[in-house]
Amino acid sequence: MSISTDMPMRVAEITQVADRVKRFRLERRDGGTLPYFSGGAHVVVTMRDAGGLRRNAYSLMSAPHESSAYAISVLHVEKSRGGSQFMHEQVDLGTELTVSQPVNLFPVDQRGRRHLFLAGGIGITPFMAMLEQLERGGQDFELHYAIRGRSHGAYWRELQGKFGGRVNVYCDAEKVFIPVAKLLDDQPLGTHLYVCGPTGMIDATLTMARHAGWPQQNLHFERFLGPPAGNAFRVILQRSGMDVAVEGRQSILEAVEAAGVDAPFLCRGGACGQCATAVLGLDGALEHNDHYLSDAEKVSNSKLMICVSRFKGRALVLDL
Amino acid sequence: MRTPAIKSRPVYAGLQVNPHARRTLFALQGEGAKALFEQVERAGREFLTRSEVLFLAGNSVQHLAGLQQLAPHLVRQAPNLDSLLQRLRDDLAIAKMGTSLQVAGTEGFIGQVLQVAMDSHIDAASICTEHRGSLARRVQCVHCKQFTDGVTHSPFACSGCGLGLLVRDHYSRRLGAFQGVNVDAEAPGTAPSLEELYP
Amino acid sequence: MTIAFREETFRDDFTFRNSGAGVLRFPFPFHEDRYTYTVNLEPHTAGAAGTAYEHLIDIDEHYLAEMQDRALVLAEDSLRCQALPHMISAQWDALELLMEQQALGYPELFTLTKHGDRWRWINRPMGIDQTFTFGDVSTLPYEPMEYIARQAQGDLCIVDQRDGSLWMDAGIVTSQADWSLDFDIGMNFMEWHASVPLAHEAGVFDRALKFLLNLQQGKPVRRLNWAMTINPRLDTSPENYPKWGPDRTTVTPMNVGEKVYLRVELQSLWRLPRSNAILFVIRCYPINMADIATVPQWARRVRLVLASLPQQIIHYKCLVRFRQTTIDWLAQFDDGAPG
Repeated sequence: MSISTDMPMRVAEITQVADRVKRFRLERRDGGTLPYFSGGAHVVVTMRDAGGLRRNAYSLMSAPHESSAYAISVLHVEKSRGGSQFMHEQVDLGTELTVSQPVNLFPVDQRGRRHLFLAGGIGITPFMAMLEQLERGGQDFELHYAIRGRSHGAYWRELQGKFGGRVNVYCDAEKVFIPVAKLLDDQPLGTHLYVCGPTGMIDATLTMARHAGWPQQNLHFERFLGPPAGNAFRVILQRSGMDVAVEGRQSILEAVEAAGVDAPFLCRGGACGQCATAVLGLDGALEHNDHYLSDAEKVSNSKLMICVSRFKGRALVLDL
Repeated sequence: MRTPAIKSRPVYAGLQVNPHARRTLFALQGEGAKALFEQVERAGREFLTRSEVLFLAGNSVQHLAGLQQLAPHLVRQAPNLDSLLQRLRDDLAIAKMGTSLQVAGTEGFIGQVLQVAMDSHIDAASICTEHRGSLARRVQCVHCKQFTDGVTHSPFACSGCGLGLLVRDHYSRRLGAFQGVNVDAEAPGTAPSLEELYP
Repeated sequence: MTIAFREETFRDDFTFRNSGAGVLRFPFPFHEDRYTYTVNLEPHTAGAAGTAYEHLIDIDEHYLAEMQDRALVLAEDSLRCQALPHMISAQWDALELLMEQQALGYPELFTLTKHGDRWRWINRPMGIDQTFTFGDVSTLPYEPMEYIARQAQGDLCIVDQRDGSLWMDAGIVTSQADWSLDFDIGMNFMEWHASVPLAHEAGVFDRALKFLLNLQQGKPVRRLNWAMTINPRLDTSPENYPKWGPDRTTVTPMNVGEKVYLRVELQSLWRLPRSNAILFVIRCYPINMADIATVPQWARRVRLVLASLPQQIIHYKCLVRFRQTTIDWLAQFDDGAPG
């Protein structure tokens, strides 16, 4: 069933947009137009590095109607497994990469009478495409964007320029913070809220919204998760008849891909459930790092999100 | 509450006061008032100061006194359904997020209140509903699109086009009604005898 | 490639006929001698030349006649075409997809030229030459979904994805096998499939929904569904049931070949880019038993499928009145193979 719809692309432009944020403009190598997408979509970018292949998911922040290129923005995170470090230090103009078709796990609810966006730091990226989309559709929205410092925060000037008073910027360094409680109490029925940023910000916002009587159906969020690093271990793939080594800085999904086994995925961040894999044998402990399985499912040890979760012990057998 | 026969037949899970709601609107018909009395027994009275009640008495006028004794922020008795729905529409037009809607009464009542609520931008899944009172159905004739209320028998004669209609369990939330389909289309005159299904 | 479009009717005098070529390209739905509900989704990729799968959006000899019948249905009942207000972006997605696919598959019949948002669409068989601004409803004579559906074979349903389900929030349905768009619009996946027997218990819909929620751009899928009708009537809607219902009692051993039709729905499902919605195209292929009988393996298989259907499916697909007569008639064409 695997017909590849991945697109061969190259880096056409790199711009330092804030202290630790770079924007990458990606174009098709054959100069063709890119598929349209809906705001909130991401692509999975595959690149070669010294060790093999790297695959990371990035929100598309370009305007959906700009079909000549896609733009993604990457925050340089020191303690990452090297994904953002690789993008910032190893990727150059002209670097060739492969980009998946856009996938949207964080769409706008088109029925919304009004859309309220709460962004923290690099969480602004999916909202940039969503705002373009809503603006074109003449739909009502408001953005509240928290940045650490004026030179840290990416795109806040550009957003204020484009969308005027609908964009409100709050700077931590100036001790100005988003008045979440006040915002929650003053929205007309039919407002949808979207939050993207550090996990603490997301959790706090959702809790406050529930405590202000907002129903679940009107709350939307996206966590930017990457696989955490850990100890090295081995995994047996029953169906492929393979014994695969998973290095400390590699996820199980990356290790099986490097071994040539095609496993399904969509978000690569433990949120969508697509990579759920049945555990056929276990002698040790699973380390669930995802946000998808229920507590009961995690405890049952019957499946694992191989894009982010890990293992400690003597043997792990997966249905792959 | 009946076991659903098919997946489009609504399930009324019961009222459930949300202690976090800034404001709760209760739309109650007839015996539906008892659903609120039971909520107070279960959840206490705290939410009442932030609650408003719209009541369509029908044959249950005796419950009005009980509702007034609860002393919610407001109790409004509507003379008829249209007037209750209009009042609800007006309330919701200026309501804010954090407003919770709770509905109790017959299915036809619930369905029509939900239509107003959905039009006013409340997601149906966030509304608590409880069935009280008659099981009589609101039915839409799929042929002439006319609605008939208080249907207790299947088949019945459509109040619009006169065709004998079989009352299905297939329900449309958008239309607030069950589907009625011509029962003897293939062989006119061979309709099965009336069955009282919905007292 | 030219197509000889037929002049025929799907009502009243029922002059619809499949040509010999039409019969050969029919998408026969049964791959074994029994039928059960399964999640029979497969990649929708271009198939062999000369089959209904050759192009992802299929135009055949019945194109003009079907479009005429559609126009008649819509004139009689405008509720067959509805779109909830939030689906406007999805409507444009659907218009783009159908225009592109028709122009791609049949360049001698359709041409689509784009200059930014100014598009020109030429439909030679229907004599249409339309310039319009993509995204601006005022530049088309109808809303986008209705506009293109009046020029594309098959019913369309556009389904919104939210809250962990799919919601049928727009559609144009004039060739359905007995379901009402006006009643079902606004329902979610489980609700609009509510009355299908057996499949829910077998988990078919849970698996199908999960699969469709992850449907990706550039990877459409398809499945086949089937029903039976008496006479080649496309509009077998519940709305008009009193008109066509009595036909079910008119089947005799003499007229099975001519009157009893197998209708196959080739359903394709496409992820739409701007709206993230899913387009269902429900493309209907009717064929009567006489034409089925020209292929002995088909006659045998249809007979065996009908004979082995569970009671719930017989009732749900409304086959009761004419099933046995049809089975008996098909028996004469058996190719003699065992079973």
